[in-house]
Amino acid sequence: MGRIQLKDVTKSFGDVQVIPPLNLTIEDGEFTVFVGPSGCGKSTLLRLIAGLEDITSGVIEINGEDATDVVPARRGLAMVFQSYALYPHMSVRKNIAFPLRMAKMGQDEIDKRVTAAAEVLNLTDYLDRRPGQLSGGQRQRVAIGRAIVREPAAFLFDEPLSNLDAALRVGMRMEISELHKKLDTTMIYVTHDQVEAMTMADKIVVLQAGNIEQVGSPLELYQRPRNTFVAGFIGSPKMNLISGAEAAKYDAATIGIRPEHIDLSETEGPWKGVVGVSEHLGSDTFFHIQCDFSDEPLTVRASGELTLEYGATVHLTPRAEYLHRFDAEGLRIE
Amino acid sequence: MARAVTTKRKTLTTALAWAIGLLIFFPILWTILTSFKTEAQAIANPPIFLNFDWTLENYAIVQERSDYMRFLWNSVILAGGSTLLGIIIAVPAAWSMAFVPSKRTKDILLWMLSTKMLPAVGVLYPIYLLFIELGLLDSRAGLVIVLMLINLPIIVWMLYTYFREIPGEILEAARMDGATLKEELLYILTPMAIPGIASTVLLNFILAWNEAFWTLNLTAVDAAPLTAFIASYSSPEGLFFAKLSAASTMAIAPILILGWFSQKQLVRGLTFGAVK
Amino acid sequence: MATKASRSAARIMMAPAVVLLLGWMLIPLSLTVIFSFKKFLPLRGDRITDRGEGFGDFMWEYVRGFPTLDWVGFENFSRFVGSSSFWPSVWTTLVIVGGVLAITVVLGILLSLLLDQPMWGQGVVRILVIAPFFVMPTVSALVWKNMFMDPVNGLFAHLWRFFGAEPVAWLSEASMGSIVMIVSWQWLPFATLILLTAIQSLDSEQLEAAEMDGAGPLQRFGHIILPHLGRAITIVILIQTIFLLSIFAEIFVTTGGAFGTRTLTYLIFQRVLESQNVGLGSAGGVYAIILANIVAIFLMRIVGKNLDA
Repeated sequence: MGRIQLKDVTKSFGDVQVIPPLNLTIEDGEFTVFVGPSGCGKSTLLRLIAGLEDITSGVIEINGEDATDVVPARRGLAMVFQSYALYPHMSVRKNIAFPLRMAKMGQDEIDKRVTAAAEVLNLTDYLDRRPGQLSGGQRQRVAIGRAIVREPAAFLFDEPLSNLDAALRVGMRMEISELHKKLDTTMIYVTHDQVEAMTMADKIVVLQAGNIEQVGSPLELYQRPRNTFVAGFIGSPKMNLISGAEAAKYDAATIGIRPEHIDLSETEGPWKGVVGVSEHLGSDTFFHIQCDFSDEPLTVRASGELTLEYGATVHLTPRAEYLHRFDAEGLRIE
Repeated sequence: MARAVTTKRKTLTTALAWAIGLLIFFPILWTILTSFKTEAQAIANPPIFLNFDWTLENYAIVQERSDYMRFLWNSVILAGGSTLLGIIIAVPAAWSMAFVPSKRTKDILLWMLSTKMLPAVGVLYPIYLLFIELGLLDSRAGLVIVLMLINLPIIVWMLYTYFREIPGEILEAARMDGATLKEELLYILTPMAIPGIASTVLLNFILAWNEAFWTLNLTAVDAAPLTAFIASYSSPEGLFFAKLSAASTMAIAPILILGWFSQKQLVRGLTFGAVK
Repeated sequence: MATKASRSAARIMMAPAVVLLLGWMLIPLSLTVIFSFKKFLPLRGDRITDRGEGFGDFMWEYVRGFPTLDWVGFENFSRFVGSSSFWPSVWTTLVIVGGVLAITVVLGILLSLLLDQPMWGQGVVRILVIAPFFVMPTVSALVWKNMFMDPVNGLFAHLWRFFGAEPVAWLSEASMGSIVMIVSWQWLPFATLILLTAIQSLDSEQLEAAEMDGAGPLQRFGHIILPHLGRAITIVILIQTIFLLSIFAEIFVTTGGAFGTRTLTYLIFQRVLESQNVGLGSAGGVYAIILANIVAIFLMRIVGKNLDA
């Protein structure tokens, strides 16, 4: 069981309020991702849930019980840190066993659980090594092992993949998702990388300056961003956001259109522009096209085979059904 | 990238550096050599460098006459006791300042440093008086406390700079893993900081061993360490070079050896972390 | 960044160190200040208590400001400054501190530059150079005084005779120079070690860039190395000043303050413990504390700045 509820939670450091009143419910078994630009308060929020920071006001409930003043160790949560935070002077075995030792568990039970965790994580051959002798990915797995042996109510991950190289990151992403399917335990995962959020989450919480901008499934956020911030943050390459006269034609302060929702033609279309940089990815090609109504070039996705000359003139047609409209406050207009 | 240097230049630098190094070290070397000479050879003119009759006689005489072992033992107790006591008090304090810093942490650290700069002579009489009133004059306990107090700022500072290099996340991980504060200090922080704590112990042992203001002024017989033992040789009747050398060698040998081990940490400790 | 629980734990764990140092600072300091305004000559029968001798009585008298001793206002302060030995002792202190600083910093820079060069046996040379720092002050004073500077049997005397010169009675005829030399020998390793550490932290690419820009060895020293060493030099000067202001054993063992080597520290020591004029000595102590604090403020500024980084 791992249902976590935040009620009117705020956090201030001195006079600076980093989390304005915030309400959020994380259901049992859900994989929730906190995502946002750096400094948005996502890590602070995680540390509040962990109990590593006091909340300034409000209530945190874990499984319906008030956990606001409970020390971290008694909240039944396990955390995987960005730096892995492995104990360098202990072997992998001792690292994984540490939380069990602290819980005064019997040695037999400890051995059993450590062995089981090591098997799940492919660490059996490394149990007697020190963390310093392991690769980045292996360290990451030890950190996860230390978390799962406790059989916690929920796992907290603080940017766990940011120290790995790109190839390893994709692999670990899969492994963590796999683990979630296997354990079926609540996981809260903090990242600034929206790709990680999109690929792993059941539920994404987009944060900016301590405020929740939107909560929803990855597809909900992608298809129906609640405001311009979410629209610009979720999706890669970014959604094209156009304001001014062109937006006014659609009765909106800002309109947004994703790169894959613009048709490209050499002869006709409502928007005329000049081809700038082209990025050939093989499967797709992204063109940056400078239109006269926008300061920023628009990004347009086309098939991988298409090539266009730098400086050539092209015409663009946005698909009306995929056009997002936002009002002067940046909120979505349905 | 280091650059290749011509052998000629390297030979020159080596020769020069060794010459200067030996010149600086010479007084110590000469003392050690003289300690193995007879009194007549010790003052011979021209001086005898190596081809003298090596003898251990001086060491035996020094020990017999002045009970060297008693002074040595006092030095060990004073330096060891004050360092140990200092570490026990400083580890929790340095933990607090390194991992739970507050707005006042910096002020407290600097204030601690300022107590180290209080000139000893300025408080000589009050301490002397307090020692008399408390019956601590010429007692080991009293000196252990004083030496601990004068070095406590350095111990706190050194530990603080070492602790700051330990990532806070590891301690937080321990907290999440269910460790109490005591367990966190005992199982995680202390083992991780062993190298730092060891160098702190080493440097403070050396400083306490060589301390020569309080040990000279607050001891007479019972608690007198090697500093006082050596100072007693400054009177004219003790003027025998070979024995003086033997006594000196015995007083500095243990610390020279320890000192060579601690040279890397010396800089950090003596500059309060300002130079690493 | 932490919880209330850990903050209160932190406060409790800091308490012993803070309380002890606070006591260590305030009690003796306040006693010195009180005595500096008193007539207090224990050898002439001045007593701080007219009752028992217990510590409780002492504390009671302390709290009441030692009423058995007469207040004399600023008399001790003016007498200390007015005595014929005051200004010479200030001068002696300045010469020793200034002389040792000049020698150790200049030689320290040269030596650290040399030790930074590639050579064979660098580790051993380093150890040889550092060794004097670990020699206890009484030993180095005694060794220098007798085995090197003794006018009859000292090594220098032999050397002088070898060249046909008349041996010098170093500690009486050239007392100041001798003491500056002994103390410099003790402190040169400290300066060298710190400056060497600082030089080694210099990014060698900076030097290579300067070389590419056409700077010769002297220019590289003047424009790159010396500025880089600036902070380390300041720290060496400040820390050494603090320690040098209170050198004691070296003078105690060699000249006992004779032949113009009585520093301020030694003068106060003599007033307090040898002639037992506690009031006068305490006034001197207050001066010494003020002097040390002036230096300390500069040092703390630098160290404090480093804390933020």
